[in-house]
Amino acid sequence: MSLTLLDVKRVARLAHIAVSEDEAAIYQQQINGVFDLIAQMQAVDTTGVVPMAHAQDLNQRLRDDIVTEPDLHEKFQSIAPQVAEGLYLVPQVIE
Amino acid sequence: MINASLTQLAALLAQKKISSVELTSAYLDRIARFNPVLNAFVTVDETASLAQAAAADARIASGAAATLTGIPIAHKDIFCADGWRTTCGSRMLANFVAPYDAHVVSQFKNAGMVSLGKTNMDEFAMGSSNETSYFGAVKNPWDITAVPGGSSGGSAAAVAARLAPAATGTDTGGSIRQPAALTGITGLKPTYGVVSRYGMIAFASSLDQAGPMAKSAEDCALLMNVMAGFDERDSTSLERPVEDYTRDLAQPMAGLRIGLPREYFGEGLSDEVARGVEAALAEYRKLGAQTVEVSLPNTRLSIPVYYVLAPAEASTNLARFDGVRYGYRAPDYKDLTDMYEQTRAQGFGAEVKRRIMIGTYVLSHGYYDAYYLQAQKIRRLIAQDFTEAFAHCDVIMGPTTPETAFDFGDKSSDPIAMYLSDIYTIAVNLAGLPGMSVPCAIAANGRPIGLQLIGDYFSESRLLGIAHQYQRVTDWHERMPPNSEQQI
Repeated sequence: MSLTLLDVKRVARLAHIAVSEDEAAIYQQQINGVFDLIAQMQAVDTTGVVPMAHAQDLNQRLRDDIVTEPDLHEKFQSIAPQVAEGLYLVPQVIE
Repeated sequence: MINASLTQLAALLAQKKISSVELTSAYLDRIARFNPVLNAFVTVDETASLAQAAAADARIASGAAATLTGIPIAHKDIFCADGWRTTCGSRMLANFVAPYDAHVVSQFKNAGMVSLGKTNMDEFAMGSSNETSYFGAVKNPWDITAVPGGSSGGSAAAVAARLAPAATGTDTGGSIRQPAALTGITGLKPTYGVVSRYGMIAFASSLDQAGPMAKSAEDCALLMNVMAGFDERDSTSLERPVEDYTRDLAQPMAGLRIGLPREYFGEGLSDEVARGVEAALAEYRKLGAQTVEVSLPNTRLSIPVYYVLAPAEASTNLARFDGVRYGYRAPDYKDLTDMYEQTRAQGFGAEVKRRIMIGTYVLSHGYYDAYYLQAQKIRRLIAQDFTEAFAHCDVIMGPTTPETAFDFGDKSSDPIAMYLSDIYTIAVNLAGLPGMSVPCAIAANGRPIGLQLIGDYFSESRLLGIAHQYQRVTDWHERMPPNSEQQI
């Protein structure tokens, strides 16, 4: 299989990455090269094999539902691109 | 002194023959002298380092020193360090000053070790040559026309050039072992879950693991005693009894069964690397070990599986970089979506964007089963290969890389060629096993060769012992790159 130019643009949009026409063509070629490599997987019979999501078979640890962290929002927001009155500023989304 | 072991440095500090301020200053001087060429460090803060050194001296004087108190260490710039710029090799985080310490950083801080600064790396740890760093590539100290490997190339070059006695690294598909091999140092990737990932900027969370990079296995064991252990802030951190990673250093090699996977010695392996590895195996046989052939039949599939799973995990992990809470934000945009798209287009480099797009695609509706789930199934087959091999041997050995360090530009225009160079390291991450690289030869081109050791789960201590016994009878780990000899 190979990705069309349209596929590449759709994926870029899903990933929130702006791409120009020229860039999309380069990505198309490179990503298709990677998918040629990935295609080797398709010939493997994996009937009955349990997918391995993690290196260790672990149960998710649970903890008591209590506050464990102090309020550091001023410190954390001091590195944000734009803040005002404790809020992160982004372009207006609701008219 | 620049070639001293951590044990020797600790003794000099304990006997007050040198202070931590003197030792730290000496390494800072070497960084000032050699870093303009090597580009191993992206951030150095002499004032902060010397303040830590002064605190370490006070601690030593008070009699409250731990084993490594006062010894300097460099941190890969993937670890958040409170008050230090933490870039992950990316424009996205070029001005990001971390507001907290990674677990690994705080462990070394609590041990009284002195941070020398943050080391250069491939952007978001995606690369095998350091050429994807936003801050320019690191040069290999053995030959500055050669790559140092990646992604922990800055840490590797810093230790190799003796700009730091030790460094931290992370390994998702070989990022500790491959640069260690290419720069002639010793590196360990622990079993997944042994070292906390808290504060370590995530690439592929089911594969990422931090480990030590140093001159010798003995030094790595001392560093593991500091960095390993349970941390409740990492949900995959393992609750296990505290270990002394030096406990097996003196274990004899007699009767050790070394498994040699036939897939690691076939097509694609350079003759010179094969000879270097064979010479190391001969040393082990002299020490009483025996070698047996084993098979890891799915090795070839580890690369396609990795290039589905790692991008898939990366595409979700890197979704957090949106220009809102921290990091880069594009200067011009039309609306919120455009702000995200411009920020990510400008903030990420080409390799990172390529992997995010691959990951987004394989996780998208209609392709999940064919790619992501199939890759997870083959991942289990790869892990089972190791389980079967370890029924016949105690340790697996082979080359870390198929060839010595390649030249800049050799593979950077061909992602596939770059990916294939990680053929011997990736499967270890997929299985979650511990692996090491130990210097075992220097090729005719003057570039180092690494021997890889792979152990069963939680066998770090044994692996370090096996590597140490080799380093007791050889001196490859003592060799320094040409021109680094000027004493301090």
